[in-house]
Amino acid sequence: MIEHLVPRILAKLLIPFILLFGLYVQFHGDFGPGGGFQAGVIFAAGIILYALIYGLDRARSVVTPGLVSFLVALGLLIYAGVGVATMLLGAEFLNYGALDSHDPVHGQHLGILIIEFGVGTTVAAVMITIFYQFAGRLKITRELEADDEDDADEEQVTESPR
Amino acid sequence: MSTAANAGFSLLANLPALQVVVPMVAAPICTFLRFRNGPWAFALLVSAATFWIAATLLMQVLSGGVISYEMGGWAPPVGIEYRVDEINAFVLLIVSGISLIALPYALRSVEREVPRDKHHLFYAAWLLCLCGMLGITITGDAFNIFVFLEISSLSTYMLLASGRDPRALTAAFQYLVLGTLGATFILIGVGLLYIMTGTLNIADLADRLGPVSDTTSVRAAAAFLTVGIALKFALFPAHFWLPNGYTYSPSAVGVFLSATATKVSIYVLLRFQFTVFGDIPAFAELDFATLLLPFAVVAFLVGSTVAIFQTDLKRLLAWSSIAQIGYMVAGIGLGGVDGLTAGIVHLFNHAITKAALFMAAGAIFLRVGSMHIDKLAGIGKTMPLTTLAFVLAGLSLIGVPTTVGFISKWYLILAALQHGAIGYAIAALVLASSLLAVIYVWRIVEVAYFREPATDREVAEAPLSMLLPLWALTIGCFYFGLETGYSVDIARAAAQSLLGITP
Repeated sequence: MIEHLVPRILAKLLIPFILLFGLYVQFHGDFGPGGGFQAGVIFAAGIILYALIYGLDRARSVVTPGLVSFLVALGLLIYAGVGVATMLLGAEFLNYGALDSHDPVHGQHLGILIIEFGVGTTVAAVMITIFYQFAGRLKITRELEADDEDDADEEQVTESPR
Repeated sequence: MSTAANAGFSLLANLPALQVVVPMVAAPICTFLRFRNGPWAFALLVSAATFWIAATLLMQVLSGGVISYEMGGWAPPVGIEYRVDEINAFVLLIVSGISLIALPYALRSVEREVPRDKHHLFYAAWLLCLCGMLGITITGDAFNIFVFLEISSLSTYMLLASGRDPRALTAAFQYLVLGTLGATFILIGVGLLYIMTGTLNIADLADRLGPVSDTTSVRAAAAFLTVGIALKFALFPAHFWLPNGYTYSPSAVGVFLSATATKVSIYVLLRFQFTVFGDIPAFAELDFATLLLPFAVVAFLVGSTVAIFQTDLKRLLAWSSIAQIGYMVAGIGLGGVDGLTAGIVHLFNHAITKAALFMAAGAIFLRVGSMHIDKLAGIGKTMPLTTLAFVLAGLSLIGVPTTVGFISKWYLILAALQHGAIGYAIAALVLASSLLAVIYVWRIVEVAYFREPATDREVAEAPLSMLLPLWALTIGCFYFGLETGYSVDIARAAAQSLLGITP
């Protein structure tokens, strides 16, 4: 955890807007620049910033690793699920037109919105997973180093009587 | 874009998509299954479904000709087309069949070699790898090949590194570097072709390449594609990742990958060399498949020779794989219907032979706990069924008559003999390489049967879940060696369709 006041206050101010901007890029992606990939990365950046400022443990208690690994799989399922749904509706895999029986254009709109949400979910979750893994390694290495130092101390203790 | 036809769901019409979609949807579901043996049972079920789809597709192609499927309702060449013809239906059947037969075997191997809390991820990676390989095979779109190649490669890195052996991590990293290099080369090749023709659909590429074929860009594209794909199937001298990868990964991964991954890459080579660059006069003088011939010959000679000097059973088999890849590429390089038939039939024959050998090696590893050849002393007495299967599959590796290995070499030598003096030399070298195979298989036989087992501990026969798939494949080695109707006929039909000859 970073003790300096400025980054802590700034992060507290910025994180809600980063997350909101992520959602905007996600759902406005079919009208303006954006889409699932960019939105996922922006959303994950918000969480990663939180972890950088307030510490990995607190971030992990908010966004648990179990939830993240669930979301990785869920995003892919949303994407492929749309394809399966269109097949069940009698069209080809990912033929979004079939999603709305009256207006194919409306169906296409809906289809791209849902699959992009799936992409965004998986990308955000994967980014967070990668960060957790690397940041977690640092903690493990530090613990190992601490153990080594303890061992070294013990050895010195045992050696000293000789 | 075609309008959404609300004709209701049709299973048969959607089979080409389902071939890839079923394992793709199953992989994330697999990560949710945390209970004991749940991921394994689910993966087995999914594998059975994909095998059924592949078999049905092959039947449809053999009776009704090429199947084309428009992804998302976008008509080719703009949209992504899934295109099933004789050759890729055959490869689909090999890949899904090996996965189906390797999974029952994987149960005990994975229990022993992969940490329990990683099982759901292991089987998810297995299904993704299967999905990627089936996707590479079934798609008719050059860029889509690259996408699925990445899916299968990324999951392969994970599978290779999933064991407890820390050396697997370096092996997987080595493959990651070389595999990424290969994938990048393939992407550059596809990109150059796209710049020159404005299309990514493989059939459309072949049509439009004619007028621009005599340009540096297209020649560079062909070179990048060939080198990139050769890296993926570990053709000598780009084979460095393979021995370590197969040696240190869990046994089931060795079985699955040795029988499928390299075969799929060879299919991609066939697809680009014959379907895309096949009809182009500018390539007639400088045939890239023929250029690969010297490398193929060196591959089978070096592979067999190095295999003799290995002290680790899995590493020995991995080096023998490099030699066998040499035979396949030699068949393709010799060209003509006979050469291609030899190459394609060896895809199938080597898949079942090498899968059986890796299965036997993995079963021995489960019981003995070591792959060092000296530790296998007397294994023929303590594990008689496993060792016998190993020896029989080894005969197939050598190419003894009545085995599938003989069929492959027979057609390879037939094809070689049509090429005059060079052909005779190649045929002689194939025979020499087979004799080298006799030596390395004999080394195992000698240790297994003519040395006394170590008395300090009991070694039991392999469990039934390993013996059944092992013996199914071993019997397959002999069944398809005697009854060549299926494998050779399909391979010949595939060779003819690649060369554009109507039978």
